[in-house]
Amino acid sequence: MKKNLLGKTIFIVVVVLAFAFGIVGIPRTWDAKGLAESIQSRIHLGLDLKGGTHLILQVVVNDAVKSESDRVIERLKEELRKANIVYAEMRLPDEKNEPERIEIGGVAPESSGELRRIVTETLPDWDMTSGVENRWTLRMKPQPLALLKERSVQQAIETIRSRVDSLGVSEPVIQEHGLGQYQILVQLPGVDDPARVKDIMQSTALLEIRQSLGGPYASEQEAVAANGGILPADAVLLRGSTSARRDGGPQEEWYLISRASAVAGQELRDARATRDEYGRPAVSFDLTGEGGRRFFAFTSAHVGDNLAVVLDNRVVEVARIEEPIRDSGRITGTFTEQQTRDLALKLRSGALPASIQYREERTVGPSLGADSIKDGVKAAIIGLVAVMGFMLLYYHWAGINANVGLLLNLVILLGFLGLSGATLTLPGIAGVILTVGMGVDSNVLIFERIREELRSGKTAPSAVEQGFSRAWLTIVDTHVTTIVSAAILFIFGTGPVRGFAVTLTFGLLANLFTAVFVSRVIFDAILQRKERGAALSI
Amino acid sequence: MELFRNANYDFLGRKWLFMGGSVILLLVGLVSLGLRAGSWRLWQGVPLGVDFKGGTLVYVKFSHPPNEDKIRADMQAAGLSNARIQRYGAPGNNEVIIALEQRATTEEALDQGKLAIIQALGQDAPAGKLDLNNTGTRALQDRLLARDPLRAGSDAAARYAEIAKSITDYRDQERGGVLSSVEELKGRVDAAVLQTLQEEFFVSDFGVRNVEIVGAQVGAQLRRQALLATLYSLAGMLIYIAVRFEPVYGAAAVVAVFHDTLITVGAFSVANKEISLTVIAAILTLVGYSMNDTIVIFDRVRENLKLMRRAPLAEVMNRSINQTLSRTILTSGLTFLTVLSLYLFGGEVLNGFSFALVVGILVGTYSSFGIAAPLVVLYYERKAQKEGRGPVAVAGEGSKREREKIRAKA
Repeated sequence: MKKNLLGKTIFIVVVVLAFAFGIVGIPRTWDAKGLAESIQSRIHLGLDLKGGTHLILQVVVNDAVKSESDRVIERLKEELRKANIVYAEMRLPDEKNEPERIEIGGVAPESSGELRRIVTETLPDWDMTSGVENRWTLRMKPQPLALLKERSVQQAIETIRSRVDSLGVSEPVIQEHGLGQYQILVQLPGVDDPARVKDIMQSTALLEIRQSLGGPYASEQEAVAANGGILPADAVLLRGSTSARRDGGPQEEWYLISRASAVAGQELRDARATRDEYGRPAVSFDLTGEGGRRFFAFTSAHVGDNLAVVLDNRVVEVARIEEPIRDSGRITGTFTEQQTRDLALKLRSGALPASIQYREERTVGPSLGADSIKDGVKAAIIGLVAVMGFMLLYYHWAGINANVGLLLNLVILLGFLGLSGATLTLPGIAGVILTVGMGVDSNVLIFERIREELRSGKTAPSAVEQGFSRAWLTIVDTHVTTIVSAAILFIFGTGPVRGFAVTLTFGLLANLFTAVFVSRVIFDAILQRKERGAALSI
Repeated sequence: MELFRNANYDFLGRKWLFMGGSVILLLVGLVSLGLRAGSWRLWQGVPLGVDFKGGTLVYVKFSHPPNEDKIRADMQAAGLSNARIQRYGAPGNNEVIIALEQRATTEEALDQGKLAIIQALGQDAPAGKLDLNNTGTRALQDRLLARDPLRAGSDAAARYAEIAKSITDYRDQERGGVLSSVEELKGRVDAAVLQTLQEEFFVSDFGVRNVEIVGAQVGAQLRRQALLATLYSLAGMLIYIAVRFEPVYGAAAVVAVFHDTLITVGAFSVANKEISLTVIAAILTLVGYSMNDTIVIFDRVRENLKLMRRAPLAEVMNRSINQTLSRTILTSGLTFLTVLSLYLFGGEVLNGFSFALVVGILVGTYSSFGIAAPLVVLYYERKAQKEGRGPVAVAGEGSKREREKIRAKA
C-alpha cells in the first residue's frame, strides 16, 4: 500500500511537471517578468485577446474557369482555321453561372466528324454533345473542372501568402476554409491597419498597357455622345483610377480604351517603387524579352498616340508616346508613397487567378484585446478564489484536496494549450471557468458521498473507499455527456466555438485525473498517517 | 458546515406548481419573441447578432462622454439613417456600438458601411493630417520616415518602427485606445518627433476598438450550422442517456433542456440582448450543464430503485432529489458564483456569454427537479394506470430479466 502510494505520487508529480513545462518551458530566469514572457511565448492567444484581423474570403472560382474557357475558344478557333472548318459562332452562353460551357453554332454538317475528331484529340478535358441545327456544346468534364477550381483556390492562397508575407505580419494564418466552398481564411494577429491589408489582398493587380482612344470624359453618357452615340467595336469605356478619387472626392473620369492590350501583367519581370523626375512617387517596371519586343513594336507604331496604363480595369494613367519604349516603363499618377509601394508589391506577387470577395471581417483593436484579457483573467481569479474559499469553509481539510485538484487542473489545462499549440480565445477562457465548475462538482459529489457514508457509521477508510466508488459512476456519466456535447460542438462549430470546445474537453479529461485520482491519493496519504478510527476532516 | 442534513422536501408533490411556473416563464419569453417578430413566426423575433444576420458593427471609444444625438446626426448626414447607436460598458469608458443592418447588400457594401461610419465620425478632420487615434503602427512609421525628424540615416526604418510601436502601445495599452491630445506624448518621444507628430497628425475624439462585418450569406450559413450543432448535440446526449438509463429518462432530460434553452432565448429577448456566436457556445454549455444536473439525480434514482423496491416511483424520486440536494445547491451555487463574476467583471465582449450562463444555470438547475423528474414520474404513473397497476417504475442498468423481475414486484 505504501509503495503503491509512492508510485502514484511520483506519477502525479511527473504529469504535473510535464504540463508545467508546457506552460513555461524550461525557465531561464525565475523573476516574474521572465516567467510572464515565457508564458506569453508558449501560449498562443486568439485574435480576440491579442487584437488582429480575421477575414473570410470567397474565391470566385468561375473567373478561373472562364479564362480557361476563353483560352479553349482561342485554341479551337485556331485549330478550326487550320482544318478549314467553317462555323457561325463560338461563345460562352452563360459566362457568369456556367463558364464551363461553350457553344458552337452553324457548323456545316459535313465537317461535324472532323470537328469531333479535333475536339477529342486536342481537348481531352472536354466533352462534346450535339444539339439541334448543328449546334454543338462543349463542356468541361467534372473532374478536371473540380481540379481547376481547387487549383485556383490554392493559387489564390499562394498569392495572398506572398502578399501578406511582404507586409511583415508575424504568424499569419492563410488556409482553405470550409469544405468545397472555395473560401480562404486569413488571420493576421496584431494588424492594426486592416484596410490596407485588405486592399492589397483583394486586388487582382492585372496590369495592362493599352491604347487610349479618347478621354477623359466626365461621365459615361458624355463619352458615348462624344463618339457619335456608338462606341467602336474594338474599344471599351473604362473608369479612371480610384487612387485619384480617394483624395479628390467622387469626381468621375472615363476613358475610351482599346479592347486588346499591348502588354499584360504576365510579361512583367519586376516592379518597384521609385520617383519620377519631379520627385513624385511612381512605380517602375521591367518587361520580359517577349513582352519587351511586343511593347517596342506597339510603341513604334503608335508614336504620338496616347497609351493607357490599366490596372484591374481602371485607368491609372494616360501618357503620350514620345518615342518607342523597349523593355521598361514607369507608372506615375496621384500616388502616395505608400500606394506605390503597395502597387509594386501587388505587381510583383502576380495576379490572382480569380477575383476575391469579402464574406466576413472581424478586427479586434489591440486595446480591446488587452482589456478583454484583463477582464477575463480578473473574472477567472475572482471566481476561482471565491470557489476555493468556499470549499475550505465547507469541507474543512478536505477542501484542500479539492483546491489542489483545481489548481492542478488549471496547470494541466494551460500546459496542454502550450504543448498542443492550440489557441486560447475568450470563449476558451470561459471554457476554463466552466471546467472549474465541473471540477468542483466532481469533488462535491465525492465529498457528499463520503459524508453520507460517515453518517451511516462507516469508518473513515471505508467511507472514502465507498464515496469514491459510488460517485465515480455519476462523474463518468456527467463527464461523458458534456464531452459528447463538446465534441459535437468541435465538429460543427467554427473558430471561437471550437476553442471553447477544445478547452472544455481537455479540462474535463484533466478533471477526471485531478478530482478522482489525485484527490484519492491525498485522502489515502492522510488516512495512512492517521491512527485507526480517527475522524476525517470533511 | 452542512447545508441539508436530512432534507425531506416534497418536490414531486409540487410538480404542477413547478410546471405552471415554467409555462409562465416560457410564455413570457414567447410573447416577447412574438412582439419582436410582429407575427406568429416567433423564430423571427430571436434577437440575432451580426454573426447570424449579417451587418456591420463598429465599437467606438470616445475620449469624452459621447453625445449620442450628435453621433446620430453625423450618421444621418452620411446617409446612414438606419444606424443603431448603443452605449456599452461602464459609464466612464465612453464606449458606443454603432450597428448597420444591411441584410440584402453585397459584401463590398458592408465594408463601405464601416468606412462610412468612420468617416462620419471624423468629419471635422483637418486636411492632409492623419488621425493619431485611428492610425496603424505601419502608417505612423511611414509618415515619420517620410519626414525623418531625427535625421536617422541608415537605420531610420527600424528606429521609426520602434517609435511608432511605442506610441501605439502607449495609446492602446495605457490609454485604452484613445489619446486626448498629441501633447500627451510629450516626454515619451523626442522633441523633434513630437514636433513632426503635431504637424502631421491630429487627434480625433474617438478610436475604433473593434469591427465586425459579416455578409448576409455567411450569417445564414452560421445560423444553420449553430442550429444543427445544437440539435446534434442534443441527439448525442439523448442516445447516451437512453442507453445508460431508459429511453424515457433521456426524453425527459431533453425536454428539460429544450425548456432551459427556450427560456434563455426568451430572456435574451426580454433583456434586449443579442445572440452572437459566443452566446451559442454558452447555450450549448448550459445544455451540458443542465444534463449534468439531471443525470446526477437520475443516477441516484437508479441506485435507490434497487434499495426501495416497494416504494412508488414518486417517493424514490423525491428521496433521490433530497439526497442530492446539498450537492445540487453547492455545485450550482459555486458555478453560479463563477459565471456571476464573469458577468460582472468579464467585460463587454463576454457579457452575452455570461448572461446566458447566469440565466441558464438557474433555469438548468431548477429544470432537473422541476421538469425532468416529474416528467419521468408522470410517464410511469400513466403507464401503470393504463395497465391497472400501482405507480412504480424502473430505471435501467442490469439485465432485461432483472428489470422484468422488478416490474413484476411492483
